Amino acid sequence: MIRTIVINIIRFVLLMFIQVFLLKNISLYNLSTPYVYILFIMLLPFGTPNLLLFALAFITGLTIDAFYDTPGLHAAACIVLAFVRVLFISITVQKEGFDNEPDPSLSVMGFRWFFTYSLTLTLFHHFFLFSLETFHFSEIKYTLSRFVLSSLFTVFLMLVTGLLFFRRRETK
Amino acid sequence: MRNLLIFITRYNAFFLFIIFEVASLVIYIKYNAFQKATFLNSANTVTGNIYERVNGFYDYLSLDKVNDSLARENAKLRNQLKGSFYIDTIAKHKINDTVFKQQYEYIAARVINNSTNRSYNYITINRGSMDGVNVGMGVICSAGIVGKVVNVSQHMSIVQSMLNRYTRFSVMLARNHEIGSAEWGDDFDTHKGLLVDVNTNAQPKLGESVITSGYSLFPEGIMVGRVSNLHPKAGSISLSMEFAFSVDYSKLEYVEVVNNKYQNEQDNLESLQKKNDQDNSH
Repeated sequence: MIRTIVINIIRFVLLMFIQVFLLKNISLYNLSTPYVYILFIMLLPFGTPNLLLFALAFITGLTIDAFYDTPGLHAAACIVLAFVRVLFISITVQKEGFDNEPDPSLSVMGFRWFFTYSLTLTLFHHFFLFSLETFHFSEIKYTLSRFVLSSLFTVFLMLVTGLLFFRRRETK
Repeated sequence: MRNLLIFITRYNAFFLFIIFEVASLVIYIKYNAFQKATFLNSANTVTGNIYERVNGFYDYLSLDKVNDSLARENAKLRNQLKGSFYIDTIAKHKINDTVFKQQYEYIAARVINNSTNRSYNYITINRGSMDGVNVGMGVICSAGIVGKVVNVSQHMSIVQSMLNRYTRFSVMLARNHEIGSAEWGDDFDTHKGLLVDVNTNAQPKLGESVITSGYSLFPEGIMVGRVSNLHPKAGSISLSMEFAFSVDYSKLEYVEVVNNKYQNEQDNLESLQKKNDQDNSH
C-alpha cells in the first residue's frame, strides 16, 4: 500500500517534470504536441476509489494548468479522462481480477489491452483538450489535425515509456 | 431517499464526473480571457457597443478641454516663433549681442458666434479686455487670417470677419512681394476674395499664394489665400484679381488674436504725419 503510494508520487513528480520542462517545448510542425502526463491518471491502480481518482485527476490537471497558464483547461480534460477510464475499466476488466492485477500497466495487462486503453483514453482527453482550447468551430480542420497527430505522438511516447519500464510478470 | 442514495452511490463515477467537470469548466471560463469573451459573446457585443458609445460621448465632452489646451499650446508656440520677434537693431550696437524683443503676441480664443451669410459678417470670440484683447487687433487661425477686433467687452470680443464689406487688409503676393489690398469678393461667395490695387507690372500667376504684408495688424507671411482668377476687371490703373481664401470661414472654431505691441506707436506716428500733411496743405 505504502509502496504503491510512493511509486505514484514519484511517477507524478517525474511525469510533471518531463511534461513541463521537456515536452512543453516539443511541438512537431506546431501540430503535434504530446501530453504524456496523463499517463499518471491512466496508471493509477484499479482499486483507486472513484472520489480519489477524480480528485487526483483534478489536481494533476490543475498542476499542468499552472505551468501552461490555462487554469481549468487541463483539469477539465483530465476529468473527462478519469471518467472514460472508469467506464473503460468497468467494461473490459473483471472485478475479481483487481487483487492480482494492481495497476493497468503495459507489463501487467499486455500490449493489446494497454494499447487500446491508452489510445481510447488519449483520444478522449486530447479531443476534449483541443476543442476546449480552440473553443470555436471556425478552425475545426486545424484543431482536428492537431488532435489526431498529437494523440498519435502521445500514444507512441506512452508505449515507449511502458516498454522502458517493462517488467515480466514472473519477477513480481 | 434511500433509493436515491443507492442510485447515487451506484453511479458515483458519473456524479463525480459532473461535479469535477463543472468545477474545472467554471475555473476555465472564469480565468481565460478568450474563452470568457467567446462564452459571453452575445452579451459582449451588446455591452461593448454600449460602452463604446458612452466612451465616445465622454470623449466628446472632454474634447472641449483638449482643444482648449491645444489652442493654448499653439499660441504659446507661436509666441516662441522667430517671426513674432522684432529685431531691435539699434540696441544691438549698445548691448553687443542680438536682442529680440517680442513684437507679436497671440491670445488663443474660441469662436462662440459666427456668421457668413450677410454682407457685413462678424465673429464673436470668448476673449475680451480681461485677456488683453483690444480694439484693432488682428485675428488669425491656423489656416490664415480671420479679421480684426472691432468691439471688446470684458470677456468677449467682436471680430469683423474677412467676409465683411468694410474689411480691407494689406497683403502681398508671396513670390515677388507686390503689395495689394485684400477684400471680400463682390458676389458674397464665402470662398472668394478680391485682391486689388496691385501694381500693373506685378505679373501675378495663377495659384500663387497671397500672404499678409506685415504693414497692418498681422505679422508678415500669414497665409490669406491663393490667386484663382487673374482678370476679373479690365481697364483700370492697377491690377485686381480674385483669390480663394485659405480659411473656410463657415467652419471657424479656434482663432488667435494677434497683439502687435508696436501698433500704437506706429499709429501715433502715422497719424502725426497725416496731421502734418494736412497742416502743410492748408
